[in-house]
Amino acid sequence: MSKDAEKKGRKKRVNYFETPYTFTNAMKEGSNAVKISMFIMGYANIMHKQIVKGILFLVIEVAYLWYMITNGFYYLAMLPSLGDNAGEEVYNEAKGIYEYQAGDNSILLLLYGVVTLIITVLFVIVWRSTIKSGYKAECLEKEGKRPNTFVQDVKDLFNTNLHKLLMFLPFTGICIFTVLPLIYMITMAFTNYSKEGEHLILFDWVGLENFGRVLDFGGSIGKSFWSVLGWTIIWAFFATGLNYIFGMILGIVINRKGTRFKAFWRFCFVLSIAVPQFVSLLIMRTCLQPEGAVNVLLRNTGIIDQSLPFFTNATWARVTVIVINCWVGIPYTLLQVTGILQNIPAELYESARVDGANAVVTFFKITLPYMLFVTMPYLITQFTGNVNNFNVIFLLSGGNPTPVGSTAGKTDLLVTWLYKLTIDKQYYNLGAVIGILTFIVLAIVALLTYRNTGSYKNEEEFM
Amino acid sequence: MIKKETASARTRRIIADTVVHVCLAILAIIWLFPIFWVVLTSFRGEKGSYVSSFFPKTYTLDNYKKLFTDTSILNFPQMFMNTLIIAVFCAVISSFFVLSVSYCMSRLRFKMRRPFMNLAMILGLFPGFMSMVAVYYILKAVGLSEGGLIRVALVMVYTGGTGVGFQIAKGFFDTIPKALDEAAFLDGATKFQVFTKVTIPLSKPIIVYTVLTSFMAPWIDFVFAKVICRANAKYFTVSIGLWNMLEKEYIDNWYTCFAAGAVCVSIPVAILFLIMQNCYVEGMAGAVKG
Repeated sequence: MSKDAEKKGRKKRVNYFETPYTFTNAMKEGSNAVKISMFIMGYANIMHKQIVKGILFLVIEVAYLWYMITNGFYYLAMLPSLGDNAGEEVYNEAKGIYEYQAGDNSILLLLYGVVTLIITVLFVIVWRSTIKSGYKAECLEKEGKRPNTFVQDVKDLFNTNLHKLLMFLPFTGICIFTVLPLIYMITMAFTNYSKEGEHLILFDWVGLENFGRVLDFGGSIGKSFWSVLGWTIIWAFFATGLNYIFGMILGIVINRKGTRFKAFWRFCFVLSIAVPQFVSLLIMRTCLQPEGAVNVLLRNTGIIDQSLPFFTNATWARVTVIVINCWVGIPYTLLQVTGILQNIPAELYESARVDGANAVVTFFKITLPYMLFVTMPYLITQFTGNVNNFNVIFLLSGGNPTPVGSTAGKTDLLVTWLYKLTIDKQYYNLGAVIGILTFIVLAIVALLTYRNTGSYKNEEEFM
Repeated sequence: MIKKETASARTRRIIADTVVHVCLAILAIIWLFPIFWVVLTSFRGEKGSYVSSFFPKTYTLDNYKKLFTDTSILNFPQMFMNTLIIAVFCAVISSFFVLSVSYCMSRLRFKMRRPFMNLAMILGLFPGFMSMVAVYYILKAVGLSEGGLIRVALVMVYTGGTGVGFQIAKGFFDTIPKALDEAAFLDGATKFQVFTKVTIPLSKPIIVYTVLTSFMAPWIDFVFAKVICRANAKYFTVSIGLWNMLEKEYIDNWYTCFAAGAVCVSIPVAILFLIMQNCYVEGMAGAVKG
């Protein structure tokens, strides 16, 4: 039944936005004016008294064409080869010296090529909407209604089209600083842009070669990849799970009836969040060095003879980062769960007590299932956040200990390894491949779990 | 018989309470210990990162003095000002971005709403640092990677993508009764007026939360600042400065100053955080409720 209902619900939602003024209808039933506006954008709008709107469309078309003729076509043409001219010394007869003539710069050509492609896609979207808009104006006039004037359009931006007004700047920001860099980086994964073989200025497309190298069990990069991936998943599992369980237990203990000074205890734990993460992590790093405060004090008191290998032994380092991550993360969980814990119906606990359940049984049979149900989306966000948890690893262990000759350390996550490969080693192509693979791992986890959670489905009911 | 049982139950309860309080006290000490350690170190008289005793042998204020007056190598006051300026702009711009996107997602219904939410989810799965190099090249291509424009570049980097982080504020807006909006529509209000005159005044906690989180971003971020500033010491933010103090060449002279700097950065951030803690809990309660 639920599936049927869901299907119906989805259909209804589609209908909600349906309009007769689609692109296909405009093509089939539009008059000549609409068809002319395929070539002269805004023509139909101008014909139907939406003069300012029509002129704006025309301006966009002219601007796009001007950009394409002056720059765009050149960048598109350079995209397949990414430039071959290495630049050379040319003898300047007038001055009598050799002058360096700059050659092609593949990284810039690639960037401009990607930007040109994106601009073209945007232009096609605008182009389609001008045709739809012209067709709509035509239909309205046929029905005897007056199409919106420009002033009305602007007023609509504050009312029915408020989302366009409010979303414009944030969306532009996302496109320029998140989407564009991502696409750009993804394209790098298919090139040989790397310090290996000196391909830092001129590089070429190499297809899927980099993916093959990273996924290959035999090669040195491939071996590092699989061990780093394994550790990343172990790390994310423990970092998320331990924080969640211990944070919840702490929350329950603070909230239980007999505990006094509740606010004070909460304050103690929350204070550790208030200190910026990089400060507390850097302090811990210096304290845990072989000659750091912790080791020296322990040695002086005679508890140990030799320094504990916090970041020099692989197992020690892994346990250390997980434990310190608990220190970082438990207060966050405490903050999140406090409110929800108080929402668990008291009669559940009451009947459990009547049945003679002790605290441990109550926790596993009532509290944990309830919390898991309610906070599933939060847990998934935490898991993905931990897979991408750059700060804790980078600032604490820096990925160390690193075996000789390897690019990845024993505590390196995929993200920190990506950072090392791109910033330190300048293997940009491999870094990009690892970023894409991280995304694939996370997408699988998220798809399997997120779409099945209650809050994602219920969101639909909200309208 | 009954009396006896209650008596034994009481003893058990007292024992349980004592155990709980002792455990909490131990945990609280563990959690506060690093903070206590930094404060102690910032007043330490001996130089260098090597310590032989837990409590400093001599106490001094010189670390703070050096931090703010010795500007020849690491100019901490300037870094502090840089970060402050960037943080103020970030707070204004990202709050605007986050609040308007959240409102659209929560209250308005349009065709691109679902696709946008899915896009935001997908973008959240990519490692944030993956695009860092690309962002740097883009800024370089636009000419924002040199001189005073580095500050502008940092503001843009910190604010640019914030529109994706709408979930918490959206969760809060979802809890505001829709009847209020409808009443306003009946009175002839436009959607924009409802947003500015009904929703915003009712959302004080989430606005405080958004403003403070955006204000804190530049103080906390380290990696983006490092990649974009590179060697331009004039435009360093405090986090790069503090990181540099722990580098091999500075650590002997600057370790205690690092602690002093950490205290100076932590105090304002901690105060802001404690103010917004309530807003945080309230906002999260709305977002997680599902």
